[in-house]
Amino acid sequence: MSNELFFKSAAELGELLDKKEISAVELIQSVIDRTKKIEPRVQAFLATNEEKVIAEAKASDERRAAGKKLSPLDGIPVATKDILADKGVQLTCASKILKNYISPYTSTAIERLRDAGAIMWGRTNLDEFAMGSSVENSAFQATHNPWDLERIPGGSSGGSSAAVAAGETIIALGSDTGGSIRQPAALCGVVGLKPTYGLVSRYGLAAFASSLDQIGPFARTVKDVASTLQIIAGHDRYDSTSFKANIPNYTESIEKNKGPWKLGVPKEYFGEGLNPEVRVFIEKAIDFYKQQGCEIVEVSLPNADLAIPAYYLTATAEASSNLARYDGIRYTHRSSDATDAIDIYSKSRAEGFGDEVKRRIILGTYVLSSGYYDAYYVRAQKVRTLIRRDFEQAFQRVDALLTPTSPTAAFKIGEKATDPLSMYLSDIYTISINLAGLPGISIPCGFTNNNLPVGLQIIGKPYAEAQLLAIADFFEKAHPHYTKNPSL
Amino acid sequence: MDTSKHKIDIDYVAQLARIELSDAEKVKFSGQLENIITYCEKISQVNVDGIEPMSHSFPFYNVWEEDTPESTFAVEDVLLNAPKADEDQIVVPRVVEE
Repeated sequence: MSNELFFKSAAELGELLDKKEISAVELIQSVIDRTKKIEPRVQAFLATNEEKVIAEAKASDERRAAGKKLSPLDGIPVATKDILADKGVQLTCASKILKNYISPYTSTAIERLRDAGAIMWGRTNLDEFAMGSSVENSAFQATHNPWDLERIPGGSSGGSSAAVAAGETIIALGSDTGGSIRQPAALCGVVGLKPTYGLVSRYGLAAFASSLDQIGPFARTVKDVASTLQIIAGHDRYDSTSFKANIPNYTESIEKNKGPWKLGVPKEYFGEGLNPEVRVFIEKAIDFYKQQGCEIVEVSLPNADLAIPAYYLTATAEASSNLARYDGIRYTHRSSDATDAIDIYSKSRAEGFGDEVKRRIILGTYVLSSGYYDAYYVRAQKVRTLIRRDFEQAFQRVDALLTPTSPTAAFKIGEKATDPLSMYLSDIYTISINLAGLPGISIPCGFTNNNLPVGLQIIGKPYAEAQLLAIADFFEKAHPHYTKNPSL
Repeated sequence: MDTSKHKIDIDYVAQLARIELSDAEKVKFSGQLENIITYCEKISQVNVDGIEPMSHSFPFYNVWEEDTPESTFAVEDVLLNAPKADEDQIVVPRVVEE
């Protein structure tokens, strides 16, 4: 038995558990020990609960022994971004305003995983309210990239991506509003999927921008992402925007669907701003698909350069409305200096929110305010229609699109912290996908000279996750980057 | 739309957003927000005549379900997070005149 269970995939661990070569208790203990050893340097978690998870792992072992395994993830440790509600557990959103908040209910995604026997292990760090691309906006701590501790892990779900990369969990959940799963997955060298809008219930996800937010998994392999999606996908009566249809068997489709596919390369994603080293790896990946018999087609997304403005005008407008609930009255931090109602709101929010959240609420309030609503918010919604049309036209010709996930590999902590606009530009390849509601996956496709991971983004048609995962798995089988681990 | 650097009335917007800002924050944020807004002016250059605004990725309409009574959260679970509570109620400063 390898002593590095924490670097194995859930699929591999599932087999070992089935064959009784390891127990779920040994597995969680291996993850706990690993976390204790490296967490002071990585700082991926905001909370963990050893006793509870060991008891859950014991129960999982008993189920397996009785032949009552609940799912392929029974006994597998799963970490969750601290923005998903779990009854009786802290839900901070990495914000001082929710520092002492305890969830009175459980999100559907966590409930489904727990019902499937997964061991819900730890709450991961994030940019406050998922607003950011580096986790530097967490009110509590910086998370460090396991491949280079002086660098950011990506964001906003950077605690989740770092925890998977560092072997502090096997699987993690994140949320993606403009790239917050795919970009940290790319920067930490793991697989991250943002499903189609509506595929996974948002019930229990603290809202940032409701028309863009989507929950998705991180794992070391595409197959593990597929098995996690299998459990969390599907209609939920508590989220009226969740998708009503039968969910295909994703793992099976990976095994059966071998292409060849018709793949599009949007020329606008390879312009100025794309780091030359990153470009080489993306071009190599495109070449690989070509050599394997896929037809590669150049496509155009003419409104691509309007995505960042359309996104920031839309997302901040929605955020200003969603975050109005944090008012100091019912369940958040309340300023002790406040004397009347308005004072409670303004002072509690001033004390409770960090800079980026304040900036976005103010920007969103501005774009929705009288005199600016049509010029900014409504116009951004119209541009959103144009962006979606660009994708629809491209998808008439191809099955999926291949692009970089992020224009650069992980940058240094502090490098962009004082310039919010330059931070926003790091989301340039991921945000359109949220505006259009499409699924996107990031998979590792190489390492720079500095040994930093590079991510390939594959964008699919709405609800075509089965095909998207098959395309990703096809690359991964020939490029098993998951066998390479950061030395910590 | 004017493409020169945008001006933002930070006092007014912060008041609408119910966030008290210090003088230093006002200076910092208005500069940063003006840069962002100026960058976002890009969207004024595209022709959107006749284009429907899209507030959502997929067309969702009213979602109905049977009006069946069911239990909701326990009062004590909800009040657990209240900054101040007494007798099953959240306590706030007086907001009406005596």
